[in-house]
Formats: sequence, C-alpha cells, structure tokens
Amino acid sequence: MKKVIIYDAVRTARGRGKIYGKLHTSRPIHLSQTVLKAIQERNCLDTSYINDVILGCVSQVSEQGGCIAKSAALYAGYDEGVSGFTLNRFCGSGLEAINQASSSIMSGYYDLIVAGGVESMSRVPIGSDGGAWMIDPAVASQTNFIPQGISADLIATLDHFSRTDVDSFAVESQKKAAIAWSENRFNSIIPVKDTNGVILLDKDEHMRPETSLESLNELRPSFYDMGTKYGFDEVAKLKYPQVENINHVHHAGNASGIVDGASVALLGSEEIGKNLGLKPRAIIKSFSMVSMDPTIMLTGPAPACEKALKVCGMNLADIDLIEINEAFASVVLHFIKEMNADENKINVNGGAIAFGHPLGATGAMLLGTVLDELERQDKETGMITLCIGGGMGISTIIERI
Amino acid sequence: MFQLTESKNKIYHLIMDGPKDKMHVIDYDFIKGLEKHIDKIEKLKDMAGLIILSKHNEFIAGGDLAMLRDVSSVEECQKLTRRLHRVLRKIETLGKPVVACLNGTTLGGGYEVTLACHYRIGLSNKKYKIGLPEVTLGLLPGAGGTQRLPRMIGIQNSIPYLLQGKTVNPQEALKDGLIDLLSDSEEELLIAAENAIEVIVNENPWDQKGFSIPGGEVQSKSGYMVIPGATAMMSAKTFGNYLAPKNILSCIYEGLQVPIDRALEIETSYFTELVLNPSTKKMIRTLFYSMNECKNGVHRPKDIVQKEIKKVGILGAGMMGAGIAYVSAKAGIQVVLKDLTQELVDQGKDYSAKLLDKAIEKKRLTPEKKSTILDLIQTTTNVEDFKDCDLIIEAVVEDRKIKAIVTKETEAIISENTIFASNTSTLPITGLAKESTRPSNFIGLHFFSPVDKMPLVEVILGEKSSAEATALCLDYIQKINKTPIVVNDGRGFYTSRVFTTYVIEGIKLLQDGVAPALIENAGKQAGMPVGPLAVADEVSIDLIHHILEQTIRDLGVESVDQEIYRTVTFFVKKLGRLGRKSGKGFYEYPTDGNKFLSQHLENHFSISDQQPSVEDVKKRLLYIQSIESLKCLKENVLTTARDGDVGSIIGFGFPAYTGGVFSFIELEGIEVFTRNCHQLARKYGSRFTPPSFLSDVKFYE
Repeated sequence: MKKVIIYDAVRTARGRGKIYGKLHTSRPIHLSQTVLKAIQERNCLDTSYINDVILGCVSQVSEQGGCIAKSAALYAGYDEGVSGFTLNRFCGSGLEAINQASSSIMSGYYDLIVAGGVESMSRVPIGSDGGAWMIDPAVASQTNFIPQGISADLIATLDHFSRTDVDSFAVESQKKAAIAWSENRFNSIIPVKDTNGVILLDKDEHMRPETSLESLNELRPSFYDMGTKYGFDEVAKLKYPQVENINHVHHAGNASGIVDGASVALLGSEEIGKNLGLKPRAIIKSFSMVSMDPTIMLTGPAPACEKALKVCGMNLADIDLIEINEAFASVVLHFIKEMNADENKINVNGGAIAFGHPLGATGAMLLGTVLDELERQDKETGMITLCIGGGMGISTIIERI
Repeated sequence: MFQLTESKNKIYHLIMDGPKDKMHVIDYDFIKGLEKHIDKIEKLKDMAGLIILSKHNEFIAGGDLAMLRDVSSVEECQKLTRRLHRVLRKIETLGKPVVACLNGTTLGGGYEVTLACHYRIGLSNKKYKIGLPEVTLGLLPGAGGTQRLPRMIGIQNSIPYLLQGKTVNPQEALKDGLIDLLSDSEEELLIAAENAIEVIVNENPWDQKGFSIPGGEVQSKSGYMVIPGATAMMSAKTFGNYLAPKNILSCIYEGLQVPIDRALEIETSYFTELVLNPSTKKMIRTLFYSMNECKNGVHRPKDIVQKEIKKVGILGAGMMGAGIAYVSAKAGIQVVLKDLTQELVDQGKDYSAKLLDKAIEKKRLTPEKKSTILDLIQTTTNVEDFKDCDLIIEAVVEDRKIKAIVTKETEAIISENTIFASNTSTLPITGLAKESTRPSNFIGLHFFSPVDKMPLVEVILGEKSSAEATALCLDYIQKINKTPIVVNDGRGFYTSRVFTTYVIEGIKLLQDGVAPALIENAGKQAGMPVGPLAVADEVSIDLIHHILEQTIRDLGVESVDQEIYRTVTFFVKKLGRLGRKSGKGFYEYPTDGNKFLSQHLENHFSISDQQPSVEDVKKRLLYIQSIESLKCLKENVLTTARDGDVGSIIGFGFPAYTGGVFSFIELEGIEVFTRNCHQLARKYGSRFTPPSFLSDVKFYE
C-alpha cells in the first residue's frame, strides 16, 4: 500500500450557529469555497492534479444538498476535471472524508485528494434531513432509538459522573480554548470574508471563557423533560434495565455548541508531493470505524481508537496528543475512563464545548487542530476520534514527518 | 338490516334497522347489506344527497369480534378488509354529499363508517360514546380509521383516539373535531342532516387536490416534533409488549405519506398482522368474551329468583368499607355504614363526598346528584341499624377474633335470609363461617383497593355457602357495575395467593443477588403495573410479615419459605422498614422528591457482579404467577381458566397482552412453558416445578 501524506489542513473559524452568528450570512457553499480556495492558494496548487474533492456534510438538504462537494469544487474555481462527492457519516463525516481519501490513495488509484467537510447549522439546522431511525415508528421502537442527549446522560449515569464532574470538564474546555487563542496557537484557521474581502469572522465565536461552575449550575438539564415526559428514559432502560433513574446532567454548557464552519485537508501520495513540490506535514498511520450499541450511542471512540492503534501496531502510550470531539462532556470522560488515558494529552487546546461542532466539518477540523499542535509542541503522533450517531465511532492516527 | 327511502328534495335515507335484540355490528351480513344498497344508490343519478342513520339506540357498536376471531389466514383477512374499504370508498366518492347521523353510541368500525361520510352529526346525550377503542383489544381501526381520522383532525390530535383507544361523549367529540355538529333531539338531527346536504362539499378533503394534513405533514417540522415522541411514549408505556399501538403508529407514519387508497392498503397489512397475532386473540378472548361472560352472570345459579338489593350494611368504615359504601350508593343502593365511633363513620362517608366532589370538578356530576348519593349513606355506630339490610359486607381488620365478634353481633340483629359477606383478602371463608350461626348465608366478597377504581370482585365460596348467597352477591356485583369471578375457598383464595408470589419472587431475586433496579425494571417491562419491591412497599412489608406469621400459625413453620421469612422479619423488626407507610421500605420516600431504591438493599443483600438478563428476571416474575395459578386450578380454588385469566388481569395487573395467567401459558406453548419451568426449577428452586397435570391440561374448550 502507498503512504498517505497530509500536505496541509485548513479550517474556517467557527461562527455561532444562530441567526446573529457571524457566519449566518455566509452560505455553506461560500464556506466550502473559502477552504477550498485557501488550500489551493497556500500550496500554489494546480487543481487539475486533484482527483477528487470529498466533503462530509450531515444535513444534505436545500443549499447543502445536491452534492455540495462538486458544486463547491466548481465554485472554488477548481479545474472542471475535478470530481466531487459528499458523504454522511453523521458527526464523523469530516474524518470519514479524510479516511476515504486515504483509502483511495493507499490503493494507488488516486494521487491527490482534497477532503474535509462543511456544515452551516445556522442555515440548515440539525435534523433538516430527517431520517427513518428517528421518525419511523417501526424502526425507532425496534431499535430503542433515543436522542443523543439522553444517551450522553445514560453514559454519565452508568459511569457515575456527577453534574459537577461534567460541568468541571466544560469549564476546563473553555479555559484551555481561551489560552490557546490568547497565545495564537492555531496556524491553519482561515478567515471567512465577504465579496469585498471584508472579514466576517477570523476567530472562533462560540467560546465563553468566563464560564464557571457557578454559571453552569444555573442551566437546567436539557434532556430531563424529553427523558421523563416523553418516555425516552424508559426506552433507554429497555436496553439498560440495571438503571433505576437516568441522571440528566447535560445542558448547552457542557455539550458541543451549534456552529457554522468548513474544513479541508490536502492528502496525497509521496510521489505527487515530490512532483508538485508539496511540503509533507504528516502521514496517516491508520484509521478505523466501529459500531456499538445504538442506544447508548456515544461510546464508539474508545473501541475505534483501540482498533486504529492495533492496525498500526501502536499503544496508547505512543500517542502524544489526542483530539476527541466533545459532543458531550460524558463522552470524553467515558473515553478517558475506558482507555485509562492521560488527560493531559486530550484536547489540550479545548474542544467542541468551547468551539462548537459544525457536524460535517468537525472531523477534518480536529485533524488540522492536532497537526497544528503537534508542530507547535514539536511532537510526533496524534489521534483523532469522534463519537457518531447510531453507535458508531471513528478514529485516525497521524504522525508528523 | 338496511332500508333505503327517499325523503324530500331527492335526499335519500339509508336506515340501519337490524334485529332489536342485537346491537348493530359490522359483520358479513352488514357488509353484504351495505354493498347491495350502495350499489343501488350509485345508480340514483338524481340523488341530491344521502343520510345514514340508525333505528337503534346505537349507531353501530363496532366490528364483530366473532368475525375477526375466526379469521385464520392473511388472504381471508385482507379479502374481508378490502371489501369493507371498497364499499366505504364508494360512499366517500359517490359524488354526492353523505351525512352520518350518530344518533347513539358509535364505536370502532361504526365510527369508521362515519369517517367515510362527509359530515357527522351527533346527538347531545352524554351517555353516548364515540371513539376507536380497537387498540384496547390488541387491534387497530382497520376500516380506514387510522387514515381518515388523522387526515381530518391532524396527527397529534388523533393520537389519543388511535393509540389509547380514548372514547368520548358527543360533546367532547364535537370539541375534538370527531363530529361536526350536535343536535338536541332525533328530530332536529334529521333536519340538521338535510340542511347539511345543501351546503357541504361532496368529497372529503383528502380526495381534493392540494390536500395537506391539518397541523402538518409527516415529513415536516411538526411531524418530527410529534412522531418520535409518540413512539417513545408508546415504547415507554408498552415496553414493546403490545403490537397494536406500534402498528397504529406505523399506519399513521406510513399511510399519511401516500394517497388514501394506497394508505388503506398499508392499514390492511398492519391490521391483518394484528388480527392473526396470537396475543390479540388471547386479549379478545379474555378482555371481551370472558369479561362479558363474567359481567353478564355466567356464574349465577340459574334457578335462584332474583331478589332486589335495596339496602346493604357495611361493617367497618376504613378504606375498604368506605369505598364499598361509595360504589353501592352510586349504584342507588341504600347503605348503612357502621364503625365503632361516629368520627370513624363520618370519615368513611366523607370519602364518598370527596370522590363526588372530584367528579363535580371534572363536570361529570351535578351537585344535586352528589347529595342524592350521599343521602343514601346512613352512618351509625349501632348494629341495630343493620336489621333490614339484604346484604352485610364485613370490612373490619384482618383479625379472626374481631371478625368473629362482629359476625356474632350482626347475626343477632339481621334476618335469617340476610347474606353475610366478608371482605377478607386472605382468611379462608370456611374458617370464618365457623363463627356464624348461618354458615350457608356466609360468603366471601373480596374487593380491591381503591374500590371505586378496581373493576374486580372475587366471590369466595365457603364450604357451606349457599346458591342463594352466591346469586345475591352476583346480582349485587352486577348492580355496582363490577366484574365478578367466583372461586372456592383456600388460603389467599386466588388473587391474593397468586399475587403474593410476584412479591415474594421479587424478594427472592434480591436474595439471589439481583440488582434492585433490574428487578423493578423487569417487573415493569414484563408488563406488571409496578415492580415487585414497589408493590411490597405499597401493601406494606409488615402485612407480608403478618401473613407469613399467620400461615406459620395455621400450617406450621415448614409452610413458608424460611429465607423470605427471615428477610421480611429483619426488615420489619430490625430495620423498621415497613414500606411506604413508614417512609422507608425497599424504597426511600423523601418528603421533597420521588421515591428511590434504598441503599440498604445493596448493604443487606450481596448484589452479584454477574447479573442475569432482564429476560430471565421477567420470566421468573411471570412464570411464578402462572405456576401458582395452575395450582389453584388443580386444587379447585379456580374452577375455570376463564376466571383465572380475567381475575389476573383486572385483579392484580397481570399483563393484558398475555390474555391472563393461563392464556400466557398457551402463548408460550405448553411444551415450551413446561421446559422453561423445569429449567427455572433447576436454577432457582422447586417452586418452579410445574404441576404434573400440565401436559394434558386444556384451559379452554
């Protein structure tokens, strides 16, 4: 198999996914165009060498529908010969795009791929694309469907994470994010501009560095009513009958924020890099996909990482930095507990609780984040992982060159 | 069955006029008759409109369950359903306005007929019921109800009717849009119908271009708000044990995304699945046929002349006595409520006043009616006031000595023909009757708490209880609108005896190291109303202790499970944890929040690391009840499986989807059940060993 080199990775700053968010006036195609253009310009790339543009995008309807990857490639001025495809692996979409690109390059059939993701959650809200799992009564009842928030609360219940545990984690995420920005640790964030070149957003907008345990304590658990009044807790207990009551600990302050953003990475074989004079930044060591119980849903990261480590013959101790998507605080706490992982290696610059989680874009954003930080700290190996709807988990391991 | 007549202005009347002694139901004759007349009507080119009405007090009471019960194949069911759909579609698409006059109760298939019309007028009589109760018998409205109702009133509004089988009076039906107009009398009803013909549109909205579901389509924001929540609530209530509500939701979800004719095909598939589902057949047998047999006097000795029950005397004005007084007075029977002090009887009567006030609050009763009912309850501390009662119901504490004293006192006053019934839940009647000078007049009437809500009364025959006593009690039960089962005497009779096994098995599970939450969830997920430990707390652990001690006194130490006895004694004597009434039992009862399982359980019982599957725990909790019921059958405490099935569901909450304790064995399959029993016996003890007669038992002829 061929080696897969990461030549570059860029991402937009993340805007609040609300109508007053700074990126709300930017169409998702514009966000995609922004990162596609940026990666082309940063690498002085002749786009006719690109074999494919792969974008992850979860809510593929309206302006995010109709294979936005191909439209974006065209709109970014890429060569007509560049194909495009959009994929949906829920929250893992962005990283799935990277892994799909890697497979194609490893096989030798492709040389150079731009892969990443896009999601404008303020313009195409989460859930806009519907889905049988959630709404079809036959499917939902047969498979004990519960919303992710209840799953996150279920994890906290089973692992005995208290409200203080999850809130403390959230406060830390915000603190780390604030420090990272104050020290300008992020090299690969691309400002989003309007048609006149006026900057709309160049810094993550969702952060709340002033967050404290006290301020979080004011927030009502978001999934209490849903769980108790609409029966989802009982559905969860069908699968987890050892649970007496679900402890609803999650709320907007300790879960990932709703934001807009886009990201891409430039991946290719060693040969094409040499031919085009690209500077290798890292290599893809391995990647993995797993699927677990869909009701608890969010416990995929640990087994996904185990699998990815095994594939490349590494141990957790060999990994210098880990980026795990902070979908909910309990997801990360559970990961740490299950992997017996070193907290100091995890999300050292904060995570989605502070920055937000633009569904389809996050995976590739985390790739860029860990790569920036490896370079900054001059470390070698990084692991990216996300929990995914349906019980899935995804992971990618990279190593600097 | 049908008559077609021409009224004025080319308006035709299709009149249902079936035999007077039978309610209108949709059976093969009905369908055939309807088809014939609709074919005729289709040819009436100059017809201005059609009015469908009934000559009976009811419009149509529903589909014929006997017809459905006998359906045995997919083809047969689909053929039948399609025929009905076809004729209703013909009515709906006649091209002429069709008005239904709901001049009485209109349920199930009957209401579905009216949904295929273009306008529905009800009669303003609160006694009449309108709705789609199919789900309560494990079925779904299979004549288009799952499709037309949500198309008419929206998905969310239709859910209580379709999913919970809610039935309402015409006033509420109007409010919820089930009907379009109310009339005050039959005459006005017809006039209103003829007026409606002039103005209404001759097709239903869903047959018109550009139709959209009121309140939002399935694949819309509102659909995504309503349907996942409805599914979860359904799962939370049924724990996946009932197919009907699930199929109804699928009918709504799938059917409302396609045109009506294709939607009816979808409904037919889901309906057919239910009709052929073994659980549905058991539910219909027990909840409809057996229940009606019990209600309609199947147990009553035929040759005893009916005697009017004018006055009933109630001994003891506690929770049970007060409740019995209430249901009796509500049925128009004079009540003499006696206890030791005036304060106690006043409290007892006040119980009725409070229930009646609640009914007034809910606009189900007028203040006048309340005083009429309350006036029927005479309170007293003097046993002399019992002298002209037709029936005495003793509801004093479960203590032989006290029961003996009041029996003697009362018998000294009452006439020789007065029947004396003891509302004991455990003490054998024959033994109590020994204190009676007229044991043939002595009988057991086991009411359930709360009396006003619980539909069952268990009639217990002592060795010497006479046919007259039985007949009178059954007449009384019918009068107070309860459902009887009749059992022979024995410790705990039938219901208490079997129900106790559920509670004891819960404690056994604890002793086996099963996690408390798993036990409780398994109970609920098996379909019992509450977990066994919660039940223990409700009935109180010291009552269980009391029963065990009484059993030891009567039958010796060997007669009770020693481990259980030790645990219960420990909880009562050492820990003082008596259950909810003492604020602590297996659960804790904080004053400022919901109860939760006590940490004490983890301390007292060593919870094992290896937990059994929930299926295993569910099996233990249900099987033990069926096995005990089998013993009741064998010992002739129960004389029919029917009474066992009915009593188990409406008496102690055995899950309805099983059809009852015996139907459950049939559902499992006798062979499988026996095999599982032996397996359970090997793992958990001989109490699971099935009675030997099981292999050739036939529960129903």
